[in-house]
Amino acid sequence: MCLAIPGKVLEEFDRRGMRMARVQFGGIVREASLDYVPTAKVGDYVLVHVGFAISTVNAEEAARTYQLLEEMDQLTELEAPVVDEVSARKPQ
Amino acid sequence: MKYIDEYRNPKLARSVIQEIRRIQTRPWVIMEVCGGQTHSIVKHGIDRLLPDGVELVHGPGCPVCVTPLETIDKAQVIAAQPDVIFCSFGDMLRVPGSHGDLFTLKSKGADVRVVYSPLDCLKIAYANPEKKITFFAIGFETTAPANAMLVDRAKQEGVKNLSILVSHSLVPPSIAYILQSPQNRVQGFLGPGHVCAIMGYREYEPISERYKVPIVITGFEPLDLLQGTLMVVRQLEAGRAVTENQYSRVLARDGNVAARKLVNNVFEVSDRKWRGVGWIPKSGFKLRWEYRDYDAERIFEVKEIDTKEPAICISGQILKGIKKPHDCPAFGTECTPLTPLGATMVSAEGACAAYYSYGRHLEKRKAEAAQLGGAA
Repeated sequence: MCLAIPGKVLEEFDRRGMRMARVQFGGIVREASLDYVPTAKVGDYVLVHVGFAISTVNAEEAARTYQLLEEMDQLTELEAPVVDEVSARKPQ
Repeated sequence: MKYIDEYRNPKLARSVIQEIRRIQTRPWVIMEVCGGQTHSIVKHGIDRLLPDGVELVHGPGCPVCVTPLETIDKAQVIAAQPDVIFCSFGDMLRVPGSHGDLFTLKSKGADVRVVYSPLDCLKIAYANPEKKITFFAIGFETTAPANAMLVDRAKQEGVKNLSILVSHSLVPPSIAYILQSPQNRVQGFLGPGHVCAIMGYREYEPISERYKVPIVITGFEPLDLLQGTLMVVRQLEAGRAVTENQYSRVLARDGNVAARKLVNNVFEVSDRKWRGVGWIPKSGFKLRWEYRDYDAERIFEVKEIDTKEPAICISGQILKGIKKPHDCPAFGTECTPLTPLGATMVSAEGACAAYYSYGRHLEKRKAEAAQLGGAA
């Protein structure tokens, strides 16, 4: 129910005083209200829930989180043999 | 799709799981609050990828599930009236009330319509001036800004033939309620990312402090859920209990200020009954007095309806993380998504329905058959 999907703002338009946009999700384009994301602009990714953009995806934060995950991956690769020994001793 | 595919990278997922395994020294019970998270966890089998000592239990965050039976019955009484067009999100239509569901009512001729967005109701109201349009406004904090906008626009534009049947729940009071239970097992929470995209997470900080529980606001993709779990386990292992934010690409501490402002103008906090759980103080929204002309309960004056739930259903305990679907004798036999007996089976985001959808009832059957075979 609280499903919200990130999509790219393609263009903005006005409907009876509401700030609307066409938003692209993969191959699908739908309309969404931008009233709750006043700073969102064309090209931004917004998170859309029941026809309303509720947040603009912060590209810097996304990159930072992903970098943390990748660093963890590189570290676990270095430690991999140890982990394998442990899991060999303790079957799942 | 950008911001989705990368958070499903199996190689990175494996390394987060290894990290959880590396730091974990004793068993922990963690609850994901949101039904969307429950669905994603079961769909991707995340609970089964975690080390044995890290148990995920499933929380009360499915608004369809916790909508009281009385409210569903009220919706049907309203929808059955000949001059009403009753609008709803699709997932409410199959939820059985005391006498069938909205789909059945529609098949008997009632004008029940599925909408994608609450704003669609405004269009329907303009196109049908001779009809009364009622929208079933259910949801947690995530959906409240959309429902608030519908009512506010209707008021501003002077639309008179529109009302909403409000069934809104709030997450923080439900978390506190779970933690207050003497039977509570939950030691840490994956907080609801999209609820907090609206509300921020200031409200969760005093809960972490008061009950000494880590709460990590978490997203919905597999890597989000694994990273959130890692962050909770890290805190638990270190003896820390604070509110943290895993989902920083979507939300900051104050959430969405513009959305919160309109929600606060349209709704006020009220006590609320949760299906399977009971009354929780200050855990819901009702329309403010200024918007009373849009309150379906006032317009239609539906009398209080007395309802009964099947005694066998343990959804209340499942919603509090005390039990799991497999603990229920009716799970997957008497109780299925087509014939749900209680809250956690009525929506795809309920724990029981999620377990059923991904075939976990078959394992239960297999285990029971093996037991019978062994006994014979």
